[in-house]
Amino acid sequence: MQFDSWSAFWAMGGYGFFVWLAFGISLLALIGLILQSRLARKHVLRALLDEQKRQARIQASRHQQQGSKL
Amino acid sequence: MWKWLHPYAKSEQAFRLCGRLLPWLSISAGLILGVGIVWGLAYAPSDYQQGDSFRIIYIHVPSAILSMGVYSVMAISALIGLVWQIRTATMAVAAIAPVGAVLTFIALFTGAAWGKPMWGTWWVWDARLTSELILLFLYLGVMALYQSFDDKQQGGKAAGVMALVGVVNLPIIHYSVEWWNTLHQGATITKFGKPSIAPEMLWPLLLCILGLALVSAAIGLYRFQTELMRREIHRPWVKALAGDGRTQENSNAI
Repeated sequence: MQFDSWSAFWAMGGYGFFVWLAFGISLLALIGLILQSRLARKHVLRALLDEQKRQARIQASRHQQQGSKL
Repeated sequence: MWKWLHPYAKSEQAFRLCGRLLPWLSISAGLILGVGIVWGLAYAPSDYQQGDSFRIIYIHVPSAILSMGVYSVMAISALIGLVWQIRTATMAVAAIAPVGAVLTFIALFTGAAWGKPMWGTWWVWDARLTSELILLFLYLGVMALYQSFDDKQQGGKAAGVMALVGVVNLPIIHYSVEWWNTLHQGATITKFGKPSIAPEMLWPLLLCILGLALVSAAIGLYRFQTELMRREIHRPWVKALAGDGRTQENSNAI
C-alpha cells in the first residue's frame, strides 16, 4: 500500500478531486452502458412476448369464426 | 480449412456461442479489471513528476487504446458484412458502436480530468485530442446512421460504409503525437523496444487494459445477442427463446 491512511488514499496527494472525478465518471459511464444494454434486452423480450400473444389471439379468433360459421 | 467457422455466421449458432462465452468473460472481466484498478490506485508507486495524479493513467490509457481497438473490430465486421454479405456481421457493427462510443467518452473525459491539474486546462484543440473527439463523432455517426433506416439491412450497409471510411482516423490518432507539436505526451507502452514506464506501474496498467478489453467484449457480445433477437424476432429459434428464462439472467455481473 502506497498510502499511510484512508484519508491519504482519498486525498491522492492533493489530486483527489481529479482522480476520483475521472474514475467516478468512468464507472458511471460503464454502469450506464450496462443498464442500457439490459433495458434494450428487456425491450426485445417484451416485444417477443407481445408478438406471441398477438399470434395466439389471432389463432383463437380464427377458431371462433370457423365455429360460428358451422 | 476454415469451414468449421461457417456455422457461426448463422444467427442461432452465433447466439448460442455468445451465451456460452458470456459468463466466463463477465467473471474474468470483473476480476481482472478490479485487481488492476485497486493495484493501480493503491499499490503502484506514485510518479516522481506528477505525484498521484498519474493514477488516472489506469483508466485513461486502457479506454483510449480500446476506443481504437474496438473501432478496428467494428470496421472489420463492417468489411465482412459489406464484402461477403454476412448479416450477422452488420449486426455486430450495430452492437459494437455504442460500446466504443462510451470508451471514447471515458478516454476524453479522463483526459480532461488529467489535463486540468497537469496542463492547467481541461481541453486544448490539439491533434491528439481533436482526432479522438472525431472518433467519438464517428461512433455516434455509425449509431445514428443505423438507427435512421427502417430497413436494418440497408442501415447496416450505410453504417458499415461510414465505419470503413472512419478507419483513416485511427493512424491519425496514433501518430498525432509524432506528426504535430502537442501538449499530449508521446506513446509510453506501444513504443517499439523497451516501454518507458517502471514495471511496478506497467503491470497494473496491463491488467487494466486486459480487464477493460474483457468488459468491452462482454458488453459487446451481450448487445450482439440482443441485436440478433431484435432482427430475427419472427424466426422460430427466437420465438423458442421467449419461454427460456436464461436469456433474461444472462447479463454481465459488473
